[in-house]
Amino acid sequence: MTILLPCAWCGPREATEFAHIGEVAARPDPGAVTPAQWREYLYLRANPCGWTSETWYHRMGCRRFIRVERHTETNEVRPVPAAAGARAGEPAP
Amino acid sequence: MRVGTNGRLRSPGRSTYPARYSAAGLVSRGLTNRPWPPAWRPQPMKSSYDVVIVGGGVHGLAAAYYLAANHGITDVAVLEKGYLGSGGSGRNTAILRSNYLTPEGVRFYDRSVKLYQRLATDLDYNVMFSQRGHLTLAHSDASLRTMRWRAEVNKVEGVDSEVIGPAEIKRLAPFLDVSTAARYPILGALWHPPGGIIRHDAVVWGYARGASARGVHIHQNTEVTGIEVAGGRVRGVATSNGDIATPVVLNATAGWSTLISDMAGVTMPVMTYPLQAAVTEPVKPFLATVIVSGTLHVYISQTDRGELVFGASVDPFTSYSMRGSLEFIEGLAGHVLELMPALTKVRLLRQWSGLCDMTPDFSPIMGPTPVQGFFVDVGWGTYGFKAGPVSGEAMAKCIASGATPEIIAAFGLERFGEGALVGEKGAAAVGH
Repeated sequence: MTILLPCAWCGPREATEFAHIGEVAARPDPGAVTPAQWREYLYLRANPCGWTSETWYHRMGCRRFIRVERHTETNEVRPVPAAAGARAGEPAP
Repeated sequence: MRVGTNGRLRSPGRSTYPARYSAAGLVSRGLTNRPWPPAWRPQPMKSSYDVVIVGGGVHGLAAAYYLAANHGITDVAVLEKGYLGSGGSGRNTAILRSNYLTPEGVRFYDRSVKLYQRLATDLDYNVMFSQRGHLTLAHSDASLRTMRWRAEVNKVEGVDSEVIGPAEIKRLAPFLDVSTAARYPILGALWHPPGGIIRHDAVVWGYARGASARGVHIHQNTEVTGIEVAGGRVRGVATSNGDIATPVVLNATAGWSTLISDMAGVTMPVMTYPLQAAVTEPVKPFLATVIVSGTLHVYISQTDRGELVFGASVDPFTSYSMRGSLEFIEGLAGHVLELMPALTKVRLLRQWSGLCDMTPDFSPIMGPTPVQGFFVDVGWGTYGFKAGPVSGEAMAKCIASGATPEIIAAFGLERFGEGALVGEKGAAAVGH
């Protein structure tokens, strides 16, 4: 099954060109968290069965990071919702 | 039905359920055409149970069996959303071994292999365990060093493992290309004689039969839709066939373990990846051992029917989809031929995939959780089947005694908060 990911620089490209980085998680300030909170950030995952927001790395293309929304059961990919103020495949911060 | 002190069934009479399996019984029923009774009985669902186990695979059924056999807790329900063994228990490549890297891992899987060795007797069910030996190939100096490390840890723990060279490998598996001209030359291997393969469905059915005979209720086609928690304690579960009140829930699912834990409000350090496998048409027996190559992401064994079973590492991204992919089968075929060029004309029969719950340290998550009465036996990654018996035994003890048994003490959920990970990536990532 071919999965196309919308790269902001290269257009739709096959998922085999990308490395999967994983679901988007907000990194806490390393100087302000307890070790337990830091480990939660490191290890705990939502791992939803459904739509998830995640980062991919275009390792065989432009070698930049992009953000996409993917349904983890159907592997359908959709643009990041406009409400979030982002375009499809917008580069990850 | 009487149960002996060692948990085994005592020879039931002619009409007793379940029928005792024996050679004499086979001949007698063959001659008289008398049908075998079902291996386990469907029961009406009660409104409450002492223990509810979510997941009717080898882990859930083994836990139910040992709760009844070892601890006399028989008011147990096993809930399975599909049919028994329809998840990881029926999708794995049925390889057993105990040659892990950490002392905790080696001890744990060694106990599992020992339970598997006597499982056919304990359950009165032929599980077709074939201890044919297990070869993990090393294609680089670095992996050869890891093999040596594993062999020494294994020997300290009393597990039979040794590093062998190409000549010995060629003797054990003549079809392997051990020439130095290979793209990934075989420099050596970790030889693990107690490893082998087993009939995975038979293990599931045997445990189901043993548990059912001791009074455990098995409910198939019953999906858990919610877990009721009040005051930090489990009160019951909601299912597609009605609600059940219970003080104890064991999450023994694979693939969906996050979703079940979410129902109880417990966040897991788990990511779900599909793992694909494939099987060829049957050919004459030629492969006496299990062959594993971590570098080439492949493991190969030949079933009793002659089919070659190929497994691999997990897919490159998380998903709950169980669809196969062409990229996978192309890569797998290339890697198999790299090891055994003689297989070029063998045709693939089918491919399939199962879901693997990967943890950050490639070790499982077992034991109690912050929610009272909610236990987990999850995060089994790509190595869950081989741990079925010991997990069931340990989780049964954990639930019955309320204390975490020593053998699983290192695998608790709290280790992630404490930073006390049990790193098994070196021996569990692809090594099957």
